[in-house]
Amino acid sequence: MNFQPVLLWTDLLFFALLLVALATVLHVRRNEPLRAAWRKVGRRPTGMAAATVLLTFLLVGVVDSLHFRPQLPAVEGAPADAAPVYSSEVLSALDVLLAKLRTRNEKTYSAPFADRLYVRETVELPEGGQARIHPRLLHGAAHLADPAAERAADIARKAAGGAMLAVLLWLLPVALVAAGVARRAGVGFAQGLRRLARGETAIAWRAVLLTLGAILLLASVAAALAPWYHIFGTDKVGQDVFYLALKSVRTALVIGTLTTLVMLPFAVTLGVMAGYLGGWVDDVIQYLYTVLNAIPGVLLIAAAVLMMQVIIDTHPQWFATAAERADARLLALCLILGITSWTGLCRLLRGETLKLRELEYVQAARAFGVRTPAILRRHVLPNVMHIVLIALVMDFSGLVLAEAVLSYIGIGVDPTMISFGTMINMARAELAREPMVWWSLVAAFCFMFVLVLAANLFADAVRDAFDPRR
Amino acid sequence: MFAYVLRRLIYAVPILIGVNLLTFVLFFVVNSPDDMARMHLGARHASAEGIERWKAERGYDKPTFWNAQADGAGRLTETVFFDKSLRMFAFDFGRADDGRDIGREIRDRMGPSLAIALPTFLLGLLVSVSFALLLVFFRATYLDFWGVVICVAMMSISSLFYIIGGQWLVSKVWALVPISGYAPGLDAARFLVLPVLISVLAGVGSSVRWYRTIFLEEISRDYVRTARAKGLSELAVLFRHVLKNAMIPILTGVVVVIPLLFMGSLLVESFFGIPGLGSYTIDAINAQDFAVVRAMVFIGSVLYIVGLILTDISYTLVDPRVRLE
Repeated sequence: MNFQPVLLWTDLLFFALLLVALATVLHVRRNEPLRAAWRKVGRRPTGMAAATVLLTFLLVGVVDSLHFRPQLPAVEGAPADAAPVYSSEVLSALDVLLAKLRTRNEKTYSAPFADRLYVRETVELPEGGQARIHPRLLHGAAHLADPAAERAADIARKAAGGAMLAVLLWLLPVALVAAGVARRAGVGFAQGLRRLARGETAIAWRAVLLTLGAILLLASVAAALAPWYHIFGTDKVGQDVFYLALKSVRTALVIGTLTTLVMLPFAVTLGVMAGYLGGWVDDVIQYLYTVLNAIPGVLLIAAAVLMMQVIIDTHPQWFATAAERADARLLALCLILGITSWTGLCRLLRGETLKLRELEYVQAARAFGVRTPAILRRHVLPNVMHIVLIALVMDFSGLVLAEAVLSYIGIGVDPTMISFGTMINMARAELAREPMVWWSLVAAFCFMFVLVLAANLFADAVRDAFDPRR
Repeated sequence: MFAYVLRRLIYAVPILIGVNLLTFVLFFVVNSPDDMARMHLGARHASAEGIERWKAERGYDKPTFWNAQADGAGRLTETVFFDKSLRMFAFDFGRADDGRDIGREIRDRMGPSLAIALPTFLLGLLVSVSFALLLVFFRATYLDFWGVVICVAMMSISSLFYIIGGQWLVSKVWALVPISGYAPGLDAARFLVLPVLISVLAGVGSSVRWYRTIFLEEISRDYVRTARAKGLSELAVLFRHVLKNAMIPILTGVVVVIPLLFMGSLLVESFFGIPGLGSYTIDAINAQDFAVVRAMVFIGSVLYIVGLILTDISYTLVDPRVRLE
């Protein structure tokens, strides 16, 4: 299949962030105190288990960030050398992997693992006349002749197959880690395996492998069942809810990371400058963040988002595709959330810099005639970076939760963009239905809960390792 | 004290001017009123006369800063900036899109908002502080460990889940209270129980953890060891010494939100159909009623500044060492 790669703005920034993370890893490897702090994170089982979950989500997010526009089939009778025409629909690598989930849409709601639609429809009976029945689904359980009798056995068989595969796949990392542990300690493989099982390793590998096993099991069972059933049901327009939940991961990750990323330059520069330079610079910067702080966050966000909507709606010519428009809105939302949230970090950095300014090594540097920018870069900035890192990981979970709330209020992401917030918002309208349509809500809440819980636990591990007061 | 408060109030003026300028830039300079009219009317109805009429109805048809056509002081007062921005300092917010007076609407809706926010605040504070003290009392035991685990799990759940789940369970399955609505007077209690409980539950995870950290920090101080050495019971140490000394960090976070209670809660009010300021704001956002959003931004920042001043005053009440000069 021919395609034209598309680099959305958030993709670009997201990949830039990954590069920065990679550069940080390289930097940490060469720096002993930083390595010691990260080793502290590595020793903590909950932190490492959370990191494993986060990395899995990150993998989904990265695959979902490789966007492209597929080439449309050539028009009948077009000249052979005509320029290729690309679809206006922007797809991602994840869409290709989940092609079966994306394209096999039903008419409307269906429950998880259902073989029939959730609503009654009037159908013409073959022997004449009409009846109100729940019609069979087009794709869900369509391979079964008599779902009522065969379905349970079929699900069990497919799930068992998936679980077997997961166990086999899981043995590979277990063997690799055990071999690594054995080599490090200079003992045999069996001894390494024993140490791993008892949790006697320097890094909490046991927690990592157990979490990985659980993830593999869930993913593999889901992969075995998803092509045949709608494992989380379908939504109002018949889309597979499992697909929607996976697509929401990228939106949540982008909001959680890019927001902090875009506000970091402001917060760090202004905070350090206010703390170090003092005088009128300090006054101006303090005035700035007091003003921004004085406006309740939601209201400032609401006002800014309303204005952004006006801009986007009055300039349709800026965006080639709907995906680009939704993406611009996502980025703008990140910017707005960043503008409203940098004040806290800025104030922390100002306070820390005020303290650092009076320390001997900074005084000595000043006495030697080192110029202010150099002092800030060499002596102050590296010593406030732990605050930045802690803020980065602590803010993440709050931002993911905020996205859902903002999308519910109507000032979040573009309604066409798949996110936890839009999923909840669409499902909310159906709560009054009897019996209730619960699966979209439960799927969105479960995914969000796992993501946010992992982020919270990881943030705690990072904070405990890097905060010198602890 | 009086002089101090007065000085703080004077300091608040430049901040309010900043807020005012910021909102003005956001609402009138980033987008021209023409853009807003086009957006509001939709592409189909956006004829030139339609836009002019829309602007005239809302008073956006005047010049932005300087009216050359008017005489005398009118050059400054007959402008959008004076009408929409400066008048806010006199708490004159003009009219909403549906023609009602915003100031009057705000006064009417403050009551229901407070009726839900005040009990939530007090109950939440009581529950959080007592649970945090309990965890600190049993510190370094399994109770403490699992208490913190539950707190982390509870703060990882979206507040939307608490609201939707609570409404479904209590109102629909158990049918104990009405799903949503509001009645004035004592009848309101029936409608308020569930939203208050849900808001407390939604906030308790993070605040228990926060208070626990504060108390743990205090408990490692010297005066606590002295108190124990005197032979005081652990309960007496916690309540008479630790709680008292932890008041400063607690007040820093708590007092500042008291005035903001008037604003109500956006989510809870809109889910439970309570006619307070929170649902007013949400309705305005959904209807893109810019005048109301502007008014709420201004009121919110005034209340925040009042909260900051109250925080400083409250320090003198709990800590005799603090003097406001």
